[in-house]
Amino acid sequence: MQHKARIALTAIGILGLSMAAQAQDGEQYITLASTTSTEASGLFDSIIPKFTGKTGIEVRVVAVGTGQAFEIARRGDADSLLVHDTVGEEAFVAEGYGTERADVMYNDFVIIGPDGDPAGIADADTIAEALQLIAEAQAPFASRGDDSGTNRAELRLWEAAGVEADGEWYRELGSGMGPTLNTAAGMDAYVMSDRATWVAFENPQNLELLFEGDEALFNQYGSLVISEERHPHLKHDLAGQWHQWLLSEEGQQAIGDFTVNGQQLFFPNAE
Amino acid sequence: MPSDSGAFVTALNLILGLDPDLLNIVALSLQVSLTAVALATLIGLPLGAALALWRFPGHGVLVVALNALMGLPPVVAGLCVYLLLSRAGPLGELGLLFTPTAMVVAQLVLVLPIIAALARQQVEELHQEYREQLTSLGLSRLRMIPTLLWDARLGLVTVVLAGFGRASAEVGAVMIVGGNIDGVTRVMTTAIVLETSKGDLPLALGLGIVLLGLVALVNAGAYLVGETSRRKLG
Amino acid sequence: MNDMTTLSITETPALELHGVSFTHRGQRLLGPLDLRLTGCRRTLVMGPNGAGKSLLMRLAHGLLAPSAGRVDWQGRTPRQAMVFQRPVLLKRSALANLTYALAVNGTPRPERRARAREALERFGLAALEKRPARVLSGGEQQRLALARAWLLDPEVLFLDEPTSALDPAAIKAVEDAVQEFHCRGTRILMSSHDLHQARRLADEVLFLNAGRLIEHTDAATFFTAPASKEARAFIRGELVL
Repeated sequence: MQHKARIALTAIGILGLSMAAQAQDGEQYITLASTTSTEASGLFDSIIPKFTGKTGIEVRVVAVGTGQAFEIARRGDADSLLVHDTVGEEAFVAEGYGTERADVMYNDFVIIGPDGDPAGIADADTIAEALQLIAEAQAPFASRGDDSGTNRAELRLWEAAGVEADGEWYRELGSGMGPTLNTAAGMDAYVMSDRATWVAFENPQNLELLFEGDEALFNQYGSLVISEERHPHLKHDLAGQWHQWLLSEEGQQAIGDFTVNGQQLFFPNAE
Repeated sequence: MPSDSGAFVTALNLILGLDPDLLNIVALSLQVSLTAVALATLIGLPLGAALALWRFPGHGVLVVALNALMGLPPVVAGLCVYLLLSRAGPLGELGLLFTPTAMVVAQLVLVLPIIAALARQQVEELHQEYREQLTSLGLSRLRMIPTLLWDARLGLVTVVLAGFGRASAEVGAVMIVGGNIDGVTRVMTTAIVLETSKGDLPLALGLGIVLLGLVALVNAGAYLVGETSRRKLG
Repeated sequence: MNDMTTLSITETPALELHGVSFTHRGQRLLGPLDLRLTGCRRTLVMGPNGAGKSLLMRLAHGLLAPSAGRVDWQGRTPRQAMVFQRPVLLKRSALANLTYALAVNGTPRPERRARAREALERFGLAALEKRPARVLSGGEQQRLALARAWLLDPEVLFLDEPTSALDPAAIKAVEDAVQEFHCRGTRILMSSHDLHQARRLADEVLFLNAGRLIEHTDAATFFTAPASKEARAFIRGELVL
């Protein structure tokens, strides 16, 4: 029996070592906290290899909701941050967790709904009008309800439209963008999505894009440089290279070149 | 809705195509879950046996706590390990967050109570039967542990499999502490969540079928070993 | 088996019980009793069900601690073994059950298999060495338990109703085994409620009733002229109350 125990221990040792080896593999890497929308659309799969090819730095993306991404960065668990909540990003810098914030790109939000468009929002002139129509019709509306960047933007839009988003028709799901779209498809509800996730989404069922184009639906992404003073252990040098590359002509070009089904999803707008 | 056959075709393509990304994910899934289960077994079996053999103040509380922890939500386990391994946490210095090692730790937290609690039951039953004979042979309780574990091995295989089932099926814990990083910490379950959120349900379901197949394989292996020794040892 | 008797060169220490009693949940189940056992005699513990025979054996062997009084071995604690009414065998082969016992008592690994086989042979189990111990018949299991005890070379052997669940052939085998132990110089303490068995085996008798030691006498005296009315009733096959 002792013999067997020794074999088991050896096996575990080997497993452990191989795991340590794996962790050592990419010595040159940074951890990037970002949002599900960028990951799910496939943007990172398209642009990161270009960055890695140039610098040899691997970028490991932890894709979570914006709120969680901020929290991960605040705790010093990510070297870099790329999110889409300008208000939150500015607060992050103001609190001293970040030293710099820069616009990288934007996409926009769109309103998706069942193909019959029961609330008739397709003809609305503004997003405010579209939302008012949905509320008047008491048509089911699926909200992320997860304090993500998209969720925060959606709540601001309801407020701007002067509509109290409340009642049985308004359903807070507490889910990411993809699961929310899946649920909306299942209950024929209206839903606000970022364009990137929507275009890459493969389970639309009866849903289609019903409203787009209002400037209020503008969705700005920003890259943040995390404070070296607050988190000295992070890979600030490598993260700085990533930040600069995103803003560089090359990085901006890579973002603009990314398409899904021939459609450009993100529009570079670094200054 | 995608048809079921679509998912099966996808699963078949995934397997037959030997897609390198898939192989990586499968290998990492097995590596993480098997390591977690192996560690949980090494710790959990003696721990369960000790709880079966010794009575001390607070014993009942410990047993109840262990049984309750069997139902620990993976997300909670993940969150606790995250706070532990986070840079701002007590073990942040180790830099283990978002690595496979962190995932092993999280799954260990999930699996250990299952293995220890179920092992305690099995060993306790056997101890009832063996106690007088082993005492008569002059064994101390400490020396009874290997004997009891070995003789309870058929039941304990099922216990370890229950632990493996939990480890390989859970997603909440590895998602939080692993981060679902492509090529680094992405495992079967987190990949399924990702593909579901992309709306690629056939691929998600296909991955699910592959995962189920893997778990079935491991179980079949254990079943064969169990049956063989059952036939041999009655 | 005469060559075996030379094995026990040193004398087996006497066993003394001083004011031993056993209480469970406020109820006294045995004692208080005093007792002294010496030499290599075959002592049969007799009495009706519930008299405390099993308790006495377990207290003497050390499986239970007395609630009051003390169990003393004079000089040193001897090698002991116990055979139970229902043999407890490990979930392994017959042979492995024996090598296990040898491993526990510190026999060097290279010697274990040969000695275990020898014991299997002695107890007529050689053909069954690879069989799982738990699928053997009741009689075979009890013989295996005796073989295991044999390997431990006990100076004192406790047997708790070892034949009560067996058929006559198996009973014979167990009784023969007890005689072999006796010839080897082992002190025997065996409980039984079978008078005929006691007549066949006993040098002396401990008669218990309702947790009290009623008689401790030579077998001849006990069976011909028991001193107590309980023992007289027991021998006549009456219900002892």
